[in-house]
Amino acid sequence: MSGKQENWFILGGSSAMARALARKTAEQGANVFTAGRDRCDLEAIAADCKLRGAPVAEVLEFDARDSAGYPAIFNRLNKTTGLLNIAVFVGSMPPQDAIDSNPDLISGVVADSFTGPATILSQLAPLVEERGGTVVGVGSVAGDRGRIGNYVYGAAKAGFHTYMSGLRNRLTRSGAHAVTVKPGFVDTAMTWGLPGMFLVAPPEKVADDILRAVKRKKDVIYTPFFWRYIMLIIRSIPERIFKKLSV
Amino acid sequence: MARLKEVELQGWGRTARAVVSLARPERRKALEALLSDSPAPAIGQLRSYGDAALNDGGSAVDTSRLDRMLGLDEENGLLRVEGGARLGEINGHLAPSGWLVPVLPGTGFATIGGAIAMDVHGKNHHGAGSFGQHVEEMTILTPRGIEVTSPSASGDLFAATVGGLGQSGVIAEATIRLTRAKGDVMMVTERRVADWDEHIALLDGSEATYTVGWIDATASGASLGRGILEEAETGSGLVPPAKRGKRVPIDAPAFALSPSFVRTFNAAYWRKVPVRGRTVVKPIEDFFFPLDKLHDWNRLYGKSGFYQFQCVVPLEAVGELRNILEAVAKSSMASPLAVLKRMGPGAAGMMSFPMEGYTLAVDLHAAHRPAPLIERLEAMARDAGGRIYLAKDSLASSATVKAMYPAWREWSDVVAKHDPDQTMLTDLVRRLQLRETT
Repeated sequence: MSGKQENWFILGGSSAMARALARKTAEQGANVFTAGRDRCDLEAIAADCKLRGAPVAEVLEFDARDSAGYPAIFNRLNKTTGLLNIAVFVGSMPPQDAIDSNPDLISGVVADSFTGPATILSQLAPLVEERGGTVVGVGSVAGDRGRIGNYVYGAAKAGFHTYMSGLRNRLTRSGAHAVTVKPGFVDTAMTWGLPGMFLVAPPEKVADDILRAVKRKKDVIYTPFFWRYIMLIIRSIPERIFKKLSV
Repeated sequence: MARLKEVELQGWGRTARAVVSLARPERRKALEALLSDSPAPAIGQLRSYGDAALNDGGSAVDTSRLDRMLGLDEENGLLRVEGGARLGEINGHLAPSGWLVPVLPGTGFATIGGAIAMDVHGKNHHGAGSFGQHVEEMTILTPRGIEVTSPSASGDLFAATVGGLGQSGVIAEATIRLTRAKGDVMMVTERRVADWDEHIALLDGSEATYTVGWIDATASGASLGRGILEEAETGSGLVPPAKRGKRVPIDAPAFALSPSFVRTFNAAYWRKVPVRGRTVVKPIEDFFFPLDKLHDWNRLYGKSGFYQFQCVVPLEAVGELRNILEAVAKSSMASPLAVLKRMGPGAAGMMSFPMEGYTLAVDLHAAHRPAPLIERLEAMARDAGGRIYLAKDSLASSATVKAMYPAWREWSDVVAKHDPDQTMLTDLVRRLQLRETT
């Protein structure tokens, strides 16, 4: 790592992809701030990052559904120096049939996957503009097209993709950057044991892809890369045919 | 309720197989919930050669995602770490700052939990003892609740868990006393050894911290026991960083390990070390885990897999161990890799493998159908007052193993207190009937 100290603020830090990213950035000597709700788990991640080379590794409380804690996060990150990178891994995906029988769940999914992260990112954007850095927003291939199996989650992620696109437009003006990441199937607790999984990528591979995208200032990446082509096909199916499919 | 995934698993030797419903919690809370709802034995990286980690038709808990280092007390060298962490990974991160995992087995992929459950030993066993002797404390998720135990704690849970084949519960975390290292390289002295007697004499006389003998198990007659003695110390210096591991992409064809090929290879390997010996500097992982760089090296044995026979016999039975090696050499089931080592008395558990004496490990290609030979070797080891290593075993009979591990009954009673419903049974424990006290 050259020049400035890097800082990584990782939201949804307990997810397997977030953990893999935290480890890799720690090993490169970055400060790691891991945030989420399971403090006990996040403490373990922070301790691990510290022993892997992070000069500073701390836990910050973050709840996508409660913005009361956001000013404290802003203040802590404002005290760091050097580049400020942010990675967002939060999101929730209750089974679609649970949502169908209780549509009140929708607001929670949207808060976890879109409005919560968007709110904190908008609050932190001035810091990133001032200090330089990259915002990594992890969306989903599910956000590329609504389908019967998870369209509420997909809709929230689609909203987040659009938000990321706008944020990128904004950050570019100050020399900062934003990457939208669309993972396909990743080997995490979310996909473990689910039927119909194929070409499942290890979280470490996703973390490597993210770091490469940050370095090369990519705008939108699919990970693993072939999902770009799978989604190209899925997006190009005419709606009149797509509506009858169950992909 | 945790989601399970049905997977087909095999031991490292690829001869023992099982279909297991596997859970893979990613958080400590999820692991604890799982153990209190539906207790099942732990699976680490499946580096035991036989059926020690398997549970055919049952369920198991994959600990690979619970692998974090939780804290290092720099003053006393105490590392708190989760049970799924791999020893090589820990070593890689801590060695540059002068700390070493105190006992390292032949593969860095072994986990903390596995190292405790097998009370593993390394090339420094004669001085440092077994892995369990460096455990200060551990947290065990037993089917009856969470227990924190240490060597000085009352009760026998500690001694029943170290070397305890995972039967008392899942080892969630442990505190390990690390050793000081001078740096992150090894100064390794290699010398040719002509025969068995010289090998034993050199092992007996070695004053090095790490000592191991590599034997060409295809050599017989006057050159029986021919090999290379390796002695090593940690050192500081600069060596090129280790290359990234390569994978074995396919099962090797049968000729790759045919007797004549192996004989030629072994002879060439022996001659690579100059007559007068040599001292070389190696990256730490190259010394401890020479085979790890070739991921999935077990595929070299082809589809049929292989067995590893490892036994230890008391010092005075050194002649019997020579007979065991001779039986292997004569069988012409050429074994490319054999390891001879002098062990100290160190062992930390009731069912620990190590005892003061000599240990011999040989690989036997399953295609040669070595089961009858192995049975004979086991009987020879037992009659010599020795025992076989359960981390390597998939063939032994209950009676043989019970004779080798006389503490099994007492151990079984302690384990039964913590797992009365026998939810932690594995294929190995079932085969050897180690928890059937009637």
